[in-house]
Amino acid sequence: MIKKITNISDQGIICDFGEEVNKDINKKVISLFNYLKEKSNNDEIKGIYNIIPSYNKLVIHFDLEKNNSHKIKEIISSIDLEKLTTSQSGKAWNIPVCYDDEFALDLENLTKSLKLSKEEIIKTHLETEFYVYMIGFMPGHPYMGDLDKKLFTSRLQSPRVQVPIGSVAIAEKFCIIYPYLSPGGWNIIGRTSVKLFDTKNLTNPCLFSPGDTIKFKKVNKSELK
Amino acid sequence: MEQSYFEVLRPGINSTFQDKGRFGVQYMGLAPGGAMDYQSFLLSNVLLNNDKNSGALEFAYQGPLLKLVKGKTKIAITGNVFFKIYSPKGEITGEPYRTYDLNEGDQLDILATKASVYGYLSIEGGFKLDKFCGSVSSQPRAFIGPNDGKKIELKDKILIFKNSTTKENKIIRNIKFEEKKIFSVLPGPQFHYFSTASKKQFFSTPYLITKQTDRMGMRVIGKSLENLVNSNIPSEGIIKGAIQVPGDGNPIILLSDHPTTGGYPKVGSIISSDYDDLIQQNANREIYFQLVTLEAAEQQFTLYMEKVKKRIANIEIV
Repeated sequence: MIKKITNISDQGIICDFGEEVNKDINKKVISLFNYLKEKSNNDEIKGIYNIIPSYNKLVIHFDLEKNNSHKIKEIISSIDLEKLTTSQSGKAWNIPVCYDDEFALDLENLTKSLKLSKEEIIKTHLETEFYVYMIGFMPGHPYMGDLDKKLFTSRLQSPRVQVPIGSVAIAEKFCIIYPYLSPGGWNIIGRTSVKLFDTKNLTNPCLFSPGDTIKFKKVNKSELK
Repeated sequence: MEQSYFEVLRPGINSTFQDKGRFGVQYMGLAPGGAMDYQSFLLSNVLLNNDKNSGALEFAYQGPLLKLVKGKTKIAITGNVFFKIYSPKGEITGEPYRTYDLNEGDQLDILATKASVYGYLSIEGGFKLDKFCGSVSSQPRAFIGPNDGKKIELKDKILIFKNSTTKENKIIRNIKFEEKKIFSVLPGPQFHYFSTASKKQFFSTPYLITKQTDRMGMRVIGKSLENLVNSNIPSEGIIKGAIQVPGDGNPIILLSDHPTTGGYPKVGSIISSDYDDLIQQNANREIYFQLVTLEAAEQQFTLYMEKVKKRIANIEIV
């Protein structure tokens, strides 16, 4: 349920679904996102620049020349969230990961902090069915959850200046994949060669969508493309 | 007909193609990007009777030196820009907000932005650029935009859509470049995270714009903000102008190429009508923030749009 709707700019509002991060709340965020996106595409709501879903918030960026926060807040308040279809089930993916030492830069350290063997960490990671909460930060960058409690860990004390492309990494109860070379502070446990954002694909450049599910599949280095 | 084009003899410091931005795709992690100074971008196109969203070449501080190798074109440069045109007739110093004809062999030397950061070059009929998700805006970090999002480079060929066919030149007179010191702010989603005393300081003491400023963000230094709740939040959507405050308490104003989501609390957001002026402020300049109401921000936006429309209405033939 939306706890409150507030302005975050003269051209932006945020729908706050509370502080908790879980799949049920996120599914509500995504169903409101899908509903508003369709209304915007049909021009039933005018002047929408962007609708941005995250774990438990939905941000709407609009053009103040064509619309205003008062009207948009009114539209959202009049929506019965319970009646929106939350059933929009996402796609299910199998993503190859290589956990070799040369890619799993933090696996060794995690064995100490988590008091688990490499094999246990890998096995637990492979057994988890991940849910895509959101895509954000960089093009195609997924935030997935929830990790098994055994693998909960904090971020690195000092972030890496450059994380290799395709690094699979964990922190807190989440797992991410780095789509581009970038700085990053998550614990890297493997590498995938799957392209998360493809600028050559003009209709659907982003591989994952919020609500998709992902299972990882262990592969050898030679199987990474 | 042969393809008309410019050759880049000097790329400048940060020259990229930009239009209004890329919309409807932020949920994929793709930031809107777009011209930093929307008003200047818009006027460069309007002066040439172009589509309002036609891609322009944006430059920062030192702009490019371009040679028109083939064709004939008409240009408009906007922003507070110092530039020269070299032709067989001699050298002239150009005025921004005025169109000029360039003939084959002429060179356009965009030397510097004066007491500001960004300027724009548009040409009649527009540059020949490929769009991605409805926009030509370049994001070099993600290889998105024309020529894989690269900044323009030495010896690049910049293609011209069609040769100029209009005779007269146009001008907007009396554009004043004023130094703005005070920027209006609306409260952000985590406004209540910060102590009353430190917010009072934030809205009354000066902040210095640091050199760690680019199209992604502007770091300012002054009295640090004291977070009483948490310096990390679950990542949430970001809109340009948001003022995020990491654990060290020093604000970063997120600009057009901002990450799409972020996990730092935001104390506020620069109001839309102040954004163009903010991004034109040089490093080492001192600015102030003042808290305003939503009604005041909306009113300022109306005034901003009226000012733009008035400038467009005042375009005259030279």
